[in-house]
Amino acid sequence: MSQVDTRANDIKLRVQDIEKSFPGVKALDKINFSVKKGTVHVLCGENGAGKSTLVKIINGIYQPDAGEILIDGKVVEINSPMRARSLGISMINQELSFVPEMTVAENFVMGAWPVAQGGRVNWKQIRQRARQLLEDENLPYHLNTKLKELSISDIQLLEITKATAYNADIIIMDEPTSAISDKDVEVLFEKINALRDQGKSVIYISHKLDEIFQIADEITVLRDGRVIDSRPVGELDKNTVISLMVGRELSENYPKESVAAGEVLLEVVNLSSRGLFKDISFRVNAGEIVGISGLVGAGRTEVLRALFGLDHYDSGSIRIKGQEVTIRTPEDSISHGMIMLSEDRRRYGIIPIRSVKENVTLARLDQFIYNGRLHRQKEIETVEEVCARMNVRTPSINTDISALSGGNQQKVVLSKWMVRDPQILLLDEPTRGIDVGAKYEIYKLMTLLAKEERAILMVSSELPELIGMCDRIYVMAEGKIRGELQRGDFTQEAIMKLAVGE
Amino acid sequence: MNMLKGDSTVRKLMQRHGILLVLVALFIVSSFINQNFLSVRNLTNISRQISITTILAFGQTILIIAGMLDLSCGSVLALSGLLSVSVYKQTGLLSVAFLVAIAVAVFCNIINGLMVTKFKTPPFIATLAMLTMARGAALLYTNGQNIYQIGNYTFFGQGSIWVIPTPIIFFILIAIATWYILNHTRLGRSLYAIGGNEEAAVASGVNVDRRKMQAFVVNGILVGIAGVIFMSRVNAGLPNGAVGFEFEALTSSVIGGTSFSGGIGTAGGTVVGAFIVGILNNIMNLIGLNAYLQQIIRGAIIALAVIYDMHTKKMRTTRTLGSLEETQTA
Repeated sequence: MSQVDTRANDIKLRVQDIEKSFPGVKALDKINFSVKKGTVHVLCGENGAGKSTLVKIINGIYQPDAGEILIDGKVVEINSPMRARSLGISMINQELSFVPEMTVAENFVMGAWPVAQGGRVNWKQIRQRARQLLEDENLPYHLNTKLKELSISDIQLLEITKATAYNADIIIMDEPTSAISDKDVEVLFEKINALRDQGKSVIYISHKLDEIFQIADEITVLRDGRVIDSRPVGELDKNTVISLMVGRELSENYPKESVAAGEVLLEVVNLSSRGLFKDISFRVNAGEIVGISGLVGAGRTEVLRALFGLDHYDSGSIRIKGQEVTIRTPEDSISHGMIMLSEDRRRYGIIPIRSVKENVTLARLDQFIYNGRLHRQKEIETVEEVCARMNVRTPSINTDISALSGGNQQKVVLSKWMVRDPQILLLDEPTRGIDVGAKYEIYKLMTLLAKEERAILMVSSELPELIGMCDRIYVMAEGKIRGELQRGDFTQEAIMKLAVGE
Repeated sequence: MNMLKGDSTVRKLMQRHGILLVLVALFIVSSFINQNFLSVRNLTNISRQISITTILAFGQTILIIAGMLDLSCGSVLALSGLLSVSVYKQTGLLSVAFLVAIAVAVFCNIINGLMVTKFKTPPFIATLAMLTMARGAALLYTNGQNIYQIGNYTFFGQGSIWVIPTPIIFFILIAIATWYILNHTRLGRSLYAIGGNEEAAVASGVNVDRRKMQAFVVNGILVGIAGVIFMSRVNAGLPNGAVGFEFEALTSSVIGGTSFSGGIGTAGGTVVGAFIVGILNNIMNLIGLNAYLQQIIRGAIIALAVIYDMHTKKMRTTRTLGSLEETQTA
């Protein structure tokens, strides 16, 4: 038997020329990679590189626009997660979904309850099977324990056990260590090593470099929906992986104008929230655009939410214009002139079934009330003036906001806050989900707002955007600020090194 | 964009006038079915009959817009009306009796509001509990007996100012007040925002709990007034009166286009909804339709109104899905 043949037989899963587009975005562009039997194959890349989309296609959640998937050399069509399961593919999601009231035994058979005569659920069989599984895997759980009484890492182990119990040969894990402690990571890795020894293939998504080099046999790096490189772990080192992950094209095309930094408007000292972030200290001056970079799960959004009063913080202090302030609700924050644009616009930004006008004036209704009565003419004038300034394109201010494009919705949300004339703007992924033209407009507005001597703190997952727009960037990893970079020192490698905890 | 504008304007007109067209059609058909229908006497009668449940319906509309509801209004109406009658018999003062009714109903609704805002009880459960408690309190107060001989108290429900019956005057004033609150006050705007997207309302600095409390207080005032009119019309203090009125009120509100998913509803729509229900009841009585059959028809109409509401909501979502997807691809 020739060398080539053996290698081909080793390949369990092969992905060929997979493409996938979402409106306005090419998420995956001719993806090719293969996973061998008995190996752990790590997929890594920046936020939005396409890792999750790719594994969702392998797991049948999304359908590719083009390309094919081969298992054991045969082309398969995976049109649903059920189909994926029957092909021996199992996925352990980043956000574990489980029914908290369900017992350990029930969880093993969820969706595939063994049925006895007369349509009854066969409890005897369920318990037998579950007991067998727990014994085989040497897991110390009781059959009747409810999942809500277990920790996330316990449930993760049960999920993996469940996956292998149903003869999965390909096990996908999407950032499995994001929610568990270091000690549990070791248990997880032992389990993964055992799976490898059994000849199973594991696809492991992570951007934690230490982990990757501890567990991987092969590494595939994705960037902007393309495979940048795919190699055995021995041929790579951490610096190489970082430089492969970054290196997105930097366009010079940002409407950035430098503004002399004024007084300190926002200063945060040792802000901590258990389990989310710790000892966060930074400041933002008038006229500055300051970025917070970091990978998903680093705690960036959590810091902004706590500052805005959407979540509580445990300790630390917040100073606005040198005055220490207490912020418990968004009302507190807003009254101090600090507003937030949420990354989740549909959830926190807009009232979808109401008009542009009502959305714009929602945060400042008191301004239009005279003797308890809403001054409609003044309201209309204000809305038209601010929408013109923010360049909102809408058929009328009475149109439902949900009829507008994402970019225009975002500009309406900005307009809402501009009515309040805020001094400090917390922008969480301000250009997420909007098209290129609208992004440029948002950048221009940010520049304008900075020139008006407001302070802007921006969280973004897009490095080019941060590098293009910010005066300074703080980089977060695992709930802590790992470093601060000045505009002159911005490089994608420098930011990414801090973000992956190097 | 222009297409979109035309499209949404036409749809909005259809939505608003759809219900009004139903009312007009019902009006015309009814006048042909029965000659007595169009008489001033009959029309005044309809207005008087629907006045109590419509006053309750305005309260429901205000609450439903904010994503809540009040199942307790029938019981609280009975309790507040009963205590009001009792106070009148003891003091002989109409104004005091009137204020007592409002105070009692507002008190019950503050409890509703506290359960919803402070203890995060779903409004359905909170007001269901109040439904039972208020009824029990009413029955306990008179030991299950009715209070008769209420004297001049009948003014509120049976009297007239100039030629207009008092209940209709209350009806009109409260319709205007509801319209004013919903369209011209900070409270109204906040309620639409809360029902439309509560999390976004919080993140916009709206004090959601305070607004919800205020909505319940307004509802309490309306329930109290309805309680006075009811006892006055039936010539007695009935601890067992007004059973099931909450459903009549909800029906009027929902048929009038108030969306159970929150964020949508108007005072005008509620008036139209109430007249549709009132005229249907009236014409079914005039032609002598079996009372049990009438119940089935009323139920079917609620079902149709909700199906219609879901249908228009689906169209809204389909229309906006483009921009939603754009949001998701990040």
